[in-house]
Amino acid sequence: MLVTRLTVRIPRMHTQYMSIRHGLLALLSQGARYGYQLRTEFEASTGATWPLNIGQVYTTLSRMERDGLVAPGEQDDQGRVVYAITEQGRSELARWFSTPIAQADRPRDELVIKLAMAVIAPDVDAAAMIQAQRSATMRTLQQLTKAKRGAGVAQRLVYDSMIFQAEAEQRWLDHCESVLAAHSERPE
Amino acid sequence: MTTVSRLTEVTKVHGSGASAVPALRGVSLEVAAGELVAVMGPSGSGKSTLLNLAGGLERATEGTVEVEGVAIGGLPAKKLAALRRRKVGYVFQDLNLIPSLTAAENVMLPRELDGVRTRKARQEAERALGEVGLAGAGNRFPDELSGGERQRVAIARALTGERRLLLADEPTGALDTPTGDDVLQLLRERCDAGAAVLLVTHEPRYAAWADRVVFLRDGAIADTAEPMASSR
Repeated sequence: MLVTRLTVRIPRMHTQYMSIRHGLLALLSQGARYGYQLRTEFEASTGATWPLNIGQVYTTLSRMERDGLVAPGEQDDQGRVVYAITEQGRSELARWFSTPIAQADRPRDELVIKLAMAVIAPDVDAAAMIQAQRSATMRTLQQLTKAKRGAGVAQRLVYDSMIFQAEAEQRWLDHCESVLAAHSERPE
Repeated sequence: MTTVSRLTEVTKVHGSGASAVPALRGVSLEVAAGELVAVMGPSGSGKSTLLNLAGGLERATEGTVEVEGVAIGGLPAKKLAALRRRKVGYVFQDLNLIPSLTAAENVMLPRELDGVRTRKARQEAERALGEVGLAGAGNRFPDELSGGERQRVAIARALTGERRLLLADEPTGALDTPTGDDVLQLLRERCDAGAAVLLVTHEPRYAAWADRVVFLRDGAIADTAEPMASSR
């Protein structure tokens, strides 16, 4: 699917491991589930933007079991285990939903560093770099918009989040371009 | 695909002599039936001039502008006005609809001016309103409609009759983002049904609905973004 290509630039979101963990807790708060069910439902609500492999699901479940957030049930005759959320898991989930996520948790942005370096490097055309980046980000935006058409509401909001982030990058690039143009007209 | 709008090496200079200001410099652009093309650029980059030239509201200083294969540069004013009315629809940010006319009457107006009988124009208007999701709203006045609905009526009017070229200048300007998305979704649908849309916007999120995004800088095309061929 189209969307898998999008993972290249955009999903540099907040600490991914934590969001998978809480995402699974949120699904379990609606009732006990098997690991493969969690994977299917997680992907259905976030779109194909975060493909989860089943290994990640079981690793996360066993860590959450260790931390007392979920409890496994009996194995059924096919060897499958149903997981249920614990009271501790519920309060952790409530804490997550009620606590804003800090902007500072984001990793450093490669593009910002690259642009700063381009500006101070004597032999790099920063304006050309900005234009190339703007077209590339626009292509990503076009693909996200295409993927958004026909998505359910939860998926749509996930795409919208990526669209707003890509749009913020576009605006910042426009801003850089204006600042650099003004600067080259009247150098300090 | 049929080319509906074509600009070839178009230059537009405002004023003359020492005070001449070039607004566009050698711009070439085509919009085919079924295509949505967005034009982005900072203010003063020539976006609106480009749209006005494509629709015959302004004349090019140099180069040719065609609408459905007809070069409009040499047309006398009266013929140009008739071609504009028959072939080109406009949607602006605001001031699209006449407040004292109902939605249906607004849509009918250009057709009636063109000599189409009221009954036929009314039927066309009802169909056009249905196509933009406003079936049954024909008797409402603009101030009884939401901002998004008013833009839907404007889009319906822009595409009644044989019009296939829709020129939109910041059509989402006054709308919140979900409503803006709805307007773009609708423009996209009308494109998929065969219209050619040239959209001027300064918002990347709306430009992203387009098949091609043209970046204007100082009156010239700096770059064009289109999705990789495999994903179209």
